[in-house]
Amino acid sequence: MTRPDLSKATAPVPADGRPVLEVDDLHVEFRTRSGVVHAVNGVSYSLTQGETLAILGESGSGKSVSAQAIMGILDSPPAVITGGGIWFEGTDLLTQPEEEQRKVRGPGISMIFQDALSSLNPVYSVGFQIGEMFRAHRGMSKKDARKRAIELMDRVRIPAAARRVDDFPHQFSGGMRQRVMIAMAIALDPRILIADEPTTALDVTVQAQVMDLLKDLQAETGMGLILITHDLGVVNEVADNVAVMYAGEIVERGTVDDVFTRPAHPYTDGLMSSVPQVEAKGGRLQPIVGQPPNLARIPSGCPFHPRCSRRRLGAEAAPGRECSTDVPPLRLVVPGREAACHYSEEVLGVRAQ
Amino acid sequence: MGRYVARRLLLTIPVLLGASFLIFAMVYALPGDPIRALGGDRPLSPAVVAQLREEFNLNDPLVVQYVKYLGDLIQGDLGTDFRGREVLDTISQRLPVTIKLTVVAILIETVIGIVAGVLAGIRRNGFLDNLVLVSSTIVVSVPILVLAFVGQYVLGLQFGWFPVSGINEGWYSYLLPGLVLAAGSLAYVARLTRTSVAENMRADYVRTARAKGLPRRTVILRHTLRNSLIPVVTFIGADIGTLMGGAIVTESVFNLPGVGRAIFDSVRAQEGAVVVGIVTLLVFFFVFFNLVVDVLYAVLDPRIRYD
Repeated sequence: MTRPDLSKATAPVPADGRPVLEVDDLHVEFRTRSGVVHAVNGVSYSLTQGETLAILGESGSGKSVSAQAIMGILDSPPAVITGGGIWFEGTDLLTQPEEEQRKVRGPGISMIFQDALSSLNPVYSVGFQIGEMFRAHRGMSKKDARKRAIELMDRVRIPAAARRVDDFPHQFSGGMRQRVMIAMAIALDPRILIADEPTTALDVTVQAQVMDLLKDLQAETGMGLILITHDLGVVNEVADNVAVMYAGEIVERGTVDDVFTRPAHPYTDGLMSSVPQVEAKGGRLQPIVGQPPNLARIPSGCPFHPRCSRRRLGAEAAPGRECSTDVPPLRLVVPGREAACHYSEEVLGVRAQ
Repeated sequence: MGRYVARRLLLTIPVLLGASFLIFAMVYALPGDPIRALGGDRPLSPAVVAQLREEFNLNDPLVVQYVKYLGDLIQGDLGTDFRGREVLDTISQRLPVTIKLTVVAILIETVIGIVAGVLAGIRRNGFLDNLVLVSSTIVVSVPILVLAFVGQYVLGLQFGWFPVSGINEGWYSYLLPGLVLAAGSLAYVARLTRTSVAENMRADYVRTARAKGLPRRTVILRHTLRNSLIPVVTFIGADIGTLMGGAIVTESVFNLPGVGRAIFDSVRAQEGAVVVGIVTLLVFFFVFFNLVVDVLYAVLDPRIRYD
C-alpha cells in the first residue's frame, strides 16, 4: 500500500511540521424552526504544508459543514458557529472581522465543490470567473486577468485553453468543468485547498484524471489538501492521513495505511467491511445496520452505539465505559492513532493495557 | 439572432391583421348609431345622415368595411373621424404624451422596484423584507383610482410638490402621474425581484463566489442579481405594453391628453377608425416589447440561444 509521496518530496517550502491550519474544538449548529441541529460537535484537526488529509464520512456526518465553517461561507442564519477556533497561520479566523476573513479566501484557503455545473455561474464565461480571482484580490485589469485565466486553464490541462477561455460553463464536459473549478481555486496559490467531494459527480475514468491533477498541483505548490469524501478508494489513493467523522464528531484518526488496514473504531471497521473486495468475490458484503443518526437528536453516550455490533450495555460494560451513557473521548489508542471508542483496543485486536 | 428577430417581426403582421379585424368587429357590434349621435340635441337632416353613412362606408357589411379600411391603410391613410380629423394627427398628438408617461412609470418601477427587491431579498425576513412585503401589499390592494386622487390631493394640493393637472411643466408634469401609474407594478417588481434574489442567494454558484473571497457587493450585484433578473425583465416588458394602453384612469385624473383617453372617447363615440388605428398600434407595441424581452433573455443568460 505504499505509494510515492510526491507532495512532500517536491514541495518548494519543506514541511516544517508546524500546522498551517488548526481547527480546534469546532462546534456548528443549525437553528431551524423545528429545532437545533448539531452538525459539528467538537471537531479538531490540523494540516501541515503539503499534507493531504482526508475527511471521511457519510452524508450528514458534518464533513462539509466543518469545511464551510473554515471557509466562512456557512449560511448564517440558520448556521451558527457556537464554539471553537479556526487557526490559520497563527490567527484565529473566527475572531477576525468579515473583511479579513474574506481576504483569506482565495489566496489563503480555497475550495472546490462537488457539482461544478451548479457551482459555476452559468451566465459568465469561465475565463471571466477564473480572472475574477485576480481582479478581486490583486486589482488586476480585465485584460491581464483574462491572460492569467488562459495560463491557469493550460495548467489544469484544459485543451485549447486560449480558444475556450470565453466559453460558458455549460459548453464544457463534467471533467473539464471540474478543472475550471480547480483552476479558479488554485489561481492565487492558496496554502490550503479544500476539495469537497471533487469527483463524486464524475465518471470513474475522469475521477482518476481529476485526482491525478490535484496530486500534481499539490506537488508543484506544496499546498495542504483537505479532501472531503465518502469514497474509500480515493482516500486510499491520495491521502496521507484520514479523519473519520460520524454524527458531527471525529471518531477515528490516523494515517491512511493504519486506519484502512486495522481500524480502531467499530464504525470505521464497518465501513471497511462494506467495501467490495476482489479477493472475496461471491461473498456477501456486511453493511452497517441501521440509519445515520438524526442530528437534532443525537443518541446519548457514544453516538454510534445504536448501530454498533460491539456495544456493551449495562452490566456487560466496564465501569465508566457504558456505551449508551458514557461519551467516549477521542483518545490515543496506539501511537499515531486516535479513536473515540471505549473498546478500541478490542477492535484493533491488541490487548487492553 | 438576426434571422430570429426578422422572423418574429414578420410574425407580427398576421397578429396585427387579426387584432385589427377583431377590434373593427367589436366597434361595429356596438349598439347605437354614431352618425345620429353626432348631431347631439339638434338631429341631422336625413340627407346629411345618408351622405355621411355613404362617406364612411357605414352601409357596407362588416367585411367590406374592413377591406376598404385596409386598402386605405396600405396607402398610408388611417382615415378620419366623423368630424373629418385625420386619425394620424390624433395619434401623433396623443402618443408622445402616453409614451412620456409610460417611460416615467417604467423607470420608477424598474429602479425602485429592483432596488427594494434586492434589499429585501438579501436579508430574507429582515426589517426591509417585511417593510417591502407590507407596503407592496397595501399598494397592490388599493385601486389605482383611489391612489390617483389621494396622490393628487396630498402630494399635489396639500404639499404642492407636483403639478396636479395637464402637461405644461414638461417631464415634471409626468412625475406624479407616472408614480401613480407605476405603483401597482412597482410593488409587483419588488416582490418578484425579492423572491428571485432570495432563491439565487442560496445557489451553489453564489456560495462559490463567496468562497472566492469576492467582496459582498460583487457577490450580490454580479453573481446574484443578473441571474435573478429574467422573471423581472419578462414582467417589465409585458408591462410596458399594458401601461401604454391602460392609462385611462391616470390620464383622466391628471388631465393628460394621451391615447388612453382618446380610446375611451372614441369608443363612446363609436369612432371605428380612431379606435382601430390606436389599438392596433398598441398591439404592435405589445408584440414588439415582448420581442425585446426575448432578445434580452439571450443577453442575460448565454445558455439561451436563438437561431
